[in-house]
Amino acid sequence: MPTIHLRPLRRTLPFVAAAAIAVTLAGCGTSSDSGSGHFGLLINDDNAIVQDALTSLSTGACEAENKALPLDIETVPQSGLDQQLQLLGGQSALPAQFAASGSPAVTKSLDEAGQTLDLEATLTDLGVIDDIEPAALSTIENLYGGFIVLPYQFNIEGVWYNKQIFAENGLEVPTTWDEMVAAAQTLTDAGVTAFSASGEQGWPITRLISGYLYRELGPDALQRIAAGDAKLTDPEYVAAAQAIADLGAAGYFGAGVGSIDYDTAVSQFLTGQAGMFYMGSWTLGAFNDPEQNQIGEDNIGFFPLPEVSGGVGSADQIPANVGLPIAVSAKGYNDEVGKWLTCISENYGTESLAEQGTVSGFKATGDVGDLPPLTQLVQDTIADTTESTLWFEALFGAKATLTSQQNAAQLVTGAMSAEDFMAAVQADLDSE
Amino acid sequence: MQNILGDRKAIVILLGPALLVYTLVMLVPVLWSLGLTFFEGNALFGFQPAGFDNFVQLFSDPRVLDAIWFTIRYAVIITVGQIVLGYGLSLLYVFALRRASGIVRTLVFFPVVLPTVAVALMFQQLFAVAPQNGIVNEFLNFFGVASVDWFGSAGTAFLVIVIMDIWRSMGFYAVLLYAGLVDIPEEVLESARLDGARGWRLVSNIVLPLSLPVLLSAVIFSINGTLKVFDSILALTNGGPGTSTTPLTLYMFQTSFSYGEYGYGSTIALVLTILCLGVTLFIFRSARRDNTLG
Repeated sequence: MPTIHLRPLRRTLPFVAAAAIAVTLAGCGTSSDSGSGHFGLLINDDNAIVQDALTSLSTGACEAENKALPLDIETVPQSGLDQQLQLLGGQSALPAQFAASGSPAVTKSLDEAGQTLDLEATLTDLGVIDDIEPAALSTIENLYGGFIVLPYQFNIEGVWYNKQIFAENGLEVPTTWDEMVAAAQTLTDAGVTAFSASGEQGWPITRLISGYLYRELGPDALQRIAAGDAKLTDPEYVAAAQAIADLGAAGYFGAGVGSIDYDTAVSQFLTGQAGMFYMGSWTLGAFNDPEQNQIGEDNIGFFPLPEVSGGVGSADQIPANVGLPIAVSAKGYNDEVGKWLTCISENYGTESLAEQGTVSGFKATGDVGDLPPLTQLVQDTIADTTESTLWFEALFGAKATLTSQQNAAQLVTGAMSAEDFMAAVQADLDSE
Repeated sequence: MQNILGDRKAIVILLGPALLVYTLVMLVPVLWSLGLTFFEGNALFGFQPAGFDNFVQLFSDPRVLDAIWFTIRYAVIITVGQIVLGYGLSLLYVFALRRASGIVRTLVFFPVVLPTVAVALMFQQLFAVAPQNGIVNEFLNFFGVASVDWFGSAGTAFLVIVIMDIWRSMGFYAVLLYAGLVDIPEEVLESARLDGARGWRLVSNIVLPLSLPVLLSAVIFSINGTLKVFDSILALTNGGPGTSTTPLTLYMFQTSFSYGEYGYGSTIALVLTILCLGVTLFIFRSARRDNTLG
C-alpha cells in the first residue's frame, strides 16, 4: 500500500527540490549598491577624512546628486577590508565606491577581474580629467599601472615633532639617523615617550623600516626586492629591520606598543605624551582639530626621516602616496554615479583643503581662504619634492603585507628577531 | 505512533524538508569545500585545477604545524579547565548549596549569554597596559610588581585567552553537568552514605561513575567547540602577537579570505575536520572501553 501512495510523491519530489534550490539560488543573485539606489562607499574605519568630506559635499555642492542617489557610507576595520573586497568582488556586489586595499596587489587583481572603473576614460568623457593633480595621477599610475583609484588624499610622510618638548629638552631637529636616536634617548631619559606608534596596526612601524632602507640603499631599495634582484634576508636589508628593532629595545616606543591602536597613537602625540610621531599628512585633519590637538598646531613641526650616515639615499626623497585611495565599481557605474564623479572632481579639492585642512589629489579651484599653517607646510613640501618613495608593503601581495604588519609589533618588542621578521616576509613574497 | 512511523510516505514528509535544508546548508558546502582542495584560485578569478599541490604545500607549510600545535594546546587546556571547574561547580550546586544554588548558578552562567566580542573587549581593557594600565596591571602595581604587556608576548597572551574562555564557558558546563548530577537517584546516594561513604569517597566511588555519560558528552562538546575556536581569539588577540595565538580556524580564514587562496584554505579546513573527527572517535572508543570494564 505505501508504495502506491509514494509514487506520485516520487514523481513530484525532484520538482519540489529543484524549485527549492532555484528559490534559494535566486536569493544569492548579484546586485550592486548603486543599482539599489545608493551611492555606496565601503571604507576603512580608521580614517574619517574622506567620509567627512563626502558627507559635507552631499549637503553642499553635490546636494542635487545626493538627492538623486543618496550617499551611503559603510565602514569596516582596515584588517577586514581585503576580505570584504574579495568577497564582494567575487559576487560583483561591490558598492559604487570602495577603499582600495592596503595592498595595491589586491586592487590590481580587482582591476584585472574587471571590477574597477577605468577612471582615465570615464573622467575624460565627463570632461573633468583636468581637475586631477598631475603629480597625484602619476603616483597612482606608478602604483597601480593605471588610473583606477580616486586621489581623495595626497600625502607625504615623515616625522612630526612636538616643538615645546624638543625645546624643553634642548633638542634640535635631527639631520642624521644617529641624531634622531640620540634625541629619542634624551626624551626617554626625561620620561617622555620618544615615538608614538601603533603596533596594533603594524604599518606605522614597518614604514620606519622602509624609511631606513631608502636612506641606506637609495629610493629603489624595495623595487629591487619586487624585481627579485635582492632579498629581504640580505644583510643590508636585515640591518634596516635591526635599526628599528633597536629603537624598540631601547624603549623609545613606550610600554605596550603592540596594543596601541591608530587613534591612541595620534592622541598620545596630540596630548603631549610623545615627542615624535612618524605619520602621513592625512593626520592633518586631527592636527587641525582643536578638540583633538591639545598641544596646538603651532607647536607641531615636521622633518623628513633623516639620512643614515654612509647611506646613498637623501632626506629629500619623501614617501608620498594617495592615502588609502578609493576605487569606483565598474559594475555599479551608471549616469547618476557619473554625475557624482563630476561633482566630486570639481569640488572635492576645495572641500578637502578648506574644510578638512588636508591636501587631496584634486585641484582646489574654489576659494580656500587662509590655510592652516601645517596644511600650508604640507602643500609646500609636496611642491618641493622632486623624488618620492613608496611605503614598505607597497609592492607586496596580500599575504606578505599581512605578515609584515602582523609581526611589526613583535619586532620592536623583541619577541621576534630582525632576521626572523625579514625571513617571514620574504617567505611569503617567494610564495606569491 | 506505530502506524505513522510504519508509513514510508509519512517518514518522507516528516523528514524531507529538514533533510533538504540540511543537505543544502551543510552537506553541499562541505562537499564543495572538499572539492576545492583540488583547485586553486578565488571568487574573483575563478578556479583552476591544482591536483595535489595544496596537499604538497600543506606538508611544507610551517605555519600549519604552528597552528595545529596551538589549536591542540588550546583545546586540551580549555577542555580540562571547563570540565574540571564546571564539574566542581556542579558538585557545589548539588551537595553544598543545594536549593540556594539558583542565584549562584545564574551568576556563573551569566557570561555565557554575553556576546563573545563584548567579553573580549572587556578582557582587553582588564589586561591593558597602554594607553593606561588596566585593572590587572593596577593590581600588580599595588603589590609592587611592574606592569606586564599581556598581549605583547605569546605566553601571556595565551594565558589571557585561557582565563577568558574558561571564565566565559564554565557556567555552561556547570549547568550541563548539574543536570546529570540531579539525575542520580537520591536512594543510591543515601545508601552509600549509610555505608559510610562521605566527601571525596562518595564523589569518586558513586557520583563520578554515575555521571560518566554526561561527563563524556561534556568532553565531546568541549573538545569539538575548542578545536574550532574562532571568535573569541579573533576579537581578543586577532591571532597575535604575530601569529603566535593563531588557531587553524583563523589561519584558514586568513588564507581563504585575506590571501584569496580558497583551495589551500579548504585544505586547511579538511585538516581541521579530520582532527575533530579523530578526537571524537578517540573519546568514544576510550569511553566504550571504560564502560565494558566497569
